[in-house]
Amino acid sequence: MSNIPAELKYASSHEWVRDDGNGIFTVGITEHAQGLLGDMVFVDLPDVGDTFDAGEDIAVAESVKAASDIYAPITGEVVEINEELEDAPELVNADAFTDGWMFKIKAADVAELENLLDAEGYAASIDED
Amino acid sequence: MAQQTVLFDKHIEAGAKMVDFHGWEMPINYGSQIEEHHAVRKDAGMFDVSHMTVVDIKGAGAKEFLQKLLANDVAKLTVAGKAMYGGMLNEEGGVIDDLITYYMTDDYYRLVVNSATREKDMAWINKQMVGFDVVVTELPELSMIAVQGPNAKAKAATVFNSDQNAAVEGMKPFFAVQSGDLFIATTGYTGEGGYEIILHQDLAADLWQQLLEADVRPCGLGARDTLRLEAGMNLYGLDMDESVSPLAANMAWTIAWEPSERDFIGRSALVAQKAAGELHKQVGLVMEAKGVLRAGQKVVFKDSEGCDQEGIITSGTFSPTLGYSVAIARVPRSIGENVQVEMRKKFVDVVVVKPGFVRNGKKTF
Repeated sequence: MSNIPAELKYASSHEWVRDDGNGIFTVGITEHAQGLLGDMVFVDLPDVGDTFDAGEDIAVAESVKAASDIYAPITGEVVEINEELEDAPELVNADAFTDGWMFKIKAADVAELENLLDAEGYAASIDED
Repeated sequence: MAQQTVLFDKHIEAGAKMVDFHGWEMPINYGSQIEEHHAVRKDAGMFDVSHMTVVDIKGAGAKEFLQKLLANDVAKLTVAGKAMYGGMLNEEGGVIDDLITYYMTDDYYRLVVNSATREKDMAWINKQMVGFDVVVTELPELSMIAVQGPNAKAKAATVFNSDQNAAVEGMKPFFAVQSGDLFIATTGYTGEGGYEIILHQDLAADLWQQLLEADVRPCGLGARDTLRLEAGMNLYGLDMDESVSPLAANMAWTIAWEPSERDFIGRSALVAQKAAGELHKQVGLVMEAKGVLRAGQKVVFKDSEGCDQEGIITSGTFSPTLGYSVAIARVPRSIGENVQVEMRKKFVDVVVVKPGFVRNGKKTF
């Protein structure tokens, strides 16, 4: 059973969302997702200033095994990206929930957070896989 | 229920992530396939390849039988232990399997064939052996461990006994020797030096443990795939299969046309294919831009007459040694140096090279 921090929100497509306050949310992919993908070799991140609708593909995680779309868990504007991933995509494998974060998004509507899963809900969703 | 090799418990002990590989539960990695890849390029790694099938061909008619069965000619093998790579073709010239043949004596050859093709291989061999004075014996009780990398031989030497070390002393690539309990071959699927060791399954876990204690790193099928792809070696089922001519899969060098009277299975089909001149060929592709070339992606270019041409990537990966993506593709022969690959709805420029990207730790193109 992989680690699923209780303080985060989750999309069923394996993104996690952390509330940084002021309507800013950090997004990454879960421990479970990086395990499925295997060693990460590139992470193609959005540009700061780009806006996305919830559910829209926003980034690509490319591992030795496959290229996988990352979806915007909420609608909003990208305000920061994890530039460390450019040279060290393996951070996603090593620390999916911390150093392996991908981007920060300023939410257009924080009410959208309610559409996401809590840790328990996400755990149940991956059990069904 | 997937089959397990006798090393299953050893894999679990080493933290393997197991996957189903054509009916066998095999390690895909033991944590990081990239680190395992580097271990083989820089030091020494080992692979459990016990799922592969060992078949002994014995009898007065063994040589004559294999001269018909295989597109390469076992008559080239005259020194005990010498190995030869090549294809077993169907009548249409498609590749049923690629395999290594070891010459032991004129009436004893050993074949090592792919596990994914085991059943059809055995059915084909049993069908073709009719009328030949041969005995075909599959040896499922044998295990196989590949030890590969620049330090593989030195580390293996610490677990061999003195007779075995004497037996492998000065052994050239593509040879094998039986010494005591071990059949030790200087073959592999990584582009590095090392051994493939065949032994009775009851002894395999001990050998694995000794190699582990000699600091040989367990490596999974993931690293095995990136290593063989960097080395430009075909993977059966991806780079070729029964629908693909060996002439379109960089296997022309494994076809022995002389003597012309040797009527191996598939010969007449290959002659007709050559005459028709429409065969594709295999090339290597290199993409230094971000992204990873993958099997199934389309390769497009314009030929010298300005006509659109199209081929396909048969296997592609991120090359851990080079730090960018490489691929093997099957394309029309009119291909030039620069082509595009359709990736995720975009066309990306890639460079065409000969198949094969890394040997003995070094870039080769």
